[in-house]
Amino acid sequence: MNKWETNFAKLFINTALLMLLAGILLGCLAAASYIWPGFLKQDLGFISLRPMHVSAVLFWILLGASGCVYFGLNQNLPNSINKHLALTQWALWIIAIMGIFFSYFQGKFGGREYWEFEPIWALPILAAWILFLIQFLVQARKMKNWPVYVWMWMTGILFFVFTFTENYLWLIPGFRKEIIGDLTIQWKANGSMVGSWNQILYGTSIFLMDKISGNNKTSTSKVAFFLYFLGFFNLLFNWGHHIYTLPTQPYIRPISYAVSMTEWVFFAKTIYTWKNQLSEAKKHFSFFPYRFLLATNFWVFLNLIQALFMSIPALNLYTHGTHITVAHAMGTTIGINTMIIFATAFMLYTNPCYNFLQGNKQLNRLFWLLQLGLLVFWVSLLGAGVEKGLWQMAESRGNFGDMMNHLRPWFIGFFIGGILLSIAIIGLALNLIWAYIFCRKYPEKEQELKPIE
Amino acid sequence: MKPIYFFLPLVCAFAIFSFRIYSTPIPNQPQFDENTLGQIAKGKLVYQKYNCQSCHQIYGLGGYLGPDLTNCMKEGRNGELLIKTLTQVGTTQMPSFPISESEMENLIAFFKALDQTGNSDPRHFIVSSNGMIAEHE
Ligand code: HEC
Ligand code: HEM
Repeated sequence: MNKWETNFAKLFINTALLMLLAGILLGCLAAASYIWPGFLKQDLGFISLRPMHVSAVLFWILLGASGCVYFGLNQNLPNSINKHLALTQWALWIIAIMGIFFSYFQGKFGGREYWEFEPIWALPILAAWILFLIQFLVQARKMKNWPVYVWMWMTGILFFVFTFTENYLWLIPGFRKEIIGDLTIQWKANGSMVGSWNQILYGTSIFLMDKISGNNKTSTSKVAFFLYFLGFFNLLFNWGHHIYTLPTQPYIRPISYAVSMTEWVFFAKTIYTWKNQLSEAKKHFSFFPYRFLLATNFWVFLNLIQALFMSIPALNLYTHGTHITVAHAMGTTIGINTMIIFATAFMLYTNPCYNFLQGNKQLNRLFWLLQLGLLVFWVSLLGAGVEKGLWQMAESRGNFGDMMNHLRPWFIGFFIGGILLSIAIIGLALNLIWAYIFCRKYPEKEQELKPIE
Repeated sequence: MKPIYFFLPLVCAFAIFSFRIYSTPIPNQPQFDENTLGQIAKGKLVYQKYNCQSCHQIYGLGGYLGPDLTNCMKEGRNGELLIKTLTQVGTTQMPSFPISESEMENLIAFFKALDQTGNSDPRHFIVSSNGMIAEHE
């Protein structure tokens, strides 16, 4: 098979891994403000560290998701990726990343939550995704009877382009004048955008499962398509659960409440397939890509219960604006998105040239450290959130500063959990990067994974 | 049935839904004159330029290190003075900002208008037994 082509999956995943390493470092620095108030305030400070962290880890997810799709495309359609398009897509990302971090370092902002950089840098990102969409459609058209994951990739890429554009409607002053309308559109776009990269990554996990189990039963079944459409329906219409307390169009609240509750179906499905998975798990547990997918299932389970409860408006009054939301945001982006990209990365780099995967004690420890660190991290954020939630709903509230001081033990747990999970991520990422370098040194030993029949 | 027959209707429904949201004004909102509307649009940009959102929230949305600012201009709070002093001298966590006079004017106008759009305090909602919430009259 043509090496150069699989390299696009590697190019994107490697670039993503670098963003991840930067992202966790910046996350730990940002979290330091919770422990030592005013940490680096005169230099970078939380004001710059938070956006830098969030941008870096979002780029990890977006570049990682792109790498996952390239991996899948190449497995399904060997030797067909348009190199110029793919390379231009990557180059646009590099331009955006350099511009964004350069302006963050200079203390220049101007954007909005999660996209706090100067809006001009959104242009190369948008252009990169449009190229990605074109690449994908050109390739996928060659496939007949798309398995469900191809539908999910298409949906994810297409809706990312749409929601990312929608996310910048505020540049038009007319949209900004309507304060509440503007906020509504902002969280409509952000909510659906998360859904779109989730489509890409859930699709990837189905694709990987197919490869591991050696058949395509899951990806062509009616149940898989039903769940895909349910997920898509939620992507389109559930975003209102982010803004229950906003005095916006009155119909948004009941619609998003009702739509969100359909996700109990996913919950029921997870429980229903649990036992099957256990027996399968025994078979493949030593295989790292599989193990990361199993970890994903565990975190889907925990995060889904949490999300379902948070989507009940009466409970959302307690959870909204608290660290419960942060627990949800990082619980899903780490527990689900990051685990799936790791699964893909390990799959990509598992080959006879660097077979570091079976029974490797060090990797084993890193895997469990990641799970443990994340659990400490997540529970601490939940704890802080519950306390703040009770404070914000209490009949007579104390002072904000006193409440934050009170949360300190939770923040210390959050910080420690963050450091543990950072150590694990650094170890895993270095292993992957090392595998990449090692295989380049001995290309003759490298054998690609066989494409799907 | 082919998946596309499910995909397209969903996309159409979404397009109609989105268009409705962009085009219909939000009910029960205060009416501002053109001049104030211009200030609101500029004031929001000041909020973004100095990245207040990395620590503060509006209707519970934003960063989590500082308090929600939706109603910081509420009557009887002297919010204008609070904003001016705090952004000038900062606090333990909050840095000081080189906000110009005209920027400050727009920022204040934005916060004043924001306060009139509603109440971000979750305690004012009435909860019903099906889990739904409604604004207190
Ligand atoms: C690095 C985080 C940070 C940034 C950025 C920040 N603030 Fe603050 N702000 C705080 C914290 C924390 C408090 C609570 C007081 C304290 O404990 O320091 C606060 C308090 C306030 C208050 C008083 C709120 C009240 O109800 O008592 C106002 C008003 C305010 N900030 C406005 C702003 C504005 C306007 C900006 C942007 C120009 C801004 N802040 C940027 C952290 C920040
Ligand atoms: C793969 C790893 C990570 C991912 C994908 C991730 C993702 C995110 C996301 C999406 C947010 C925005 C949350 C929100 O606004 O609700 C966030 C915020 C944050 N993250 Fe992470 N994160 C990661 C690792 C870490 C680590 C290791 C730390 C260190 C303790 C950390 C500390 C923080 C802090 C302090 C915030 C800001 C919270 C606030 O506003 O107060 N993150 N992260």
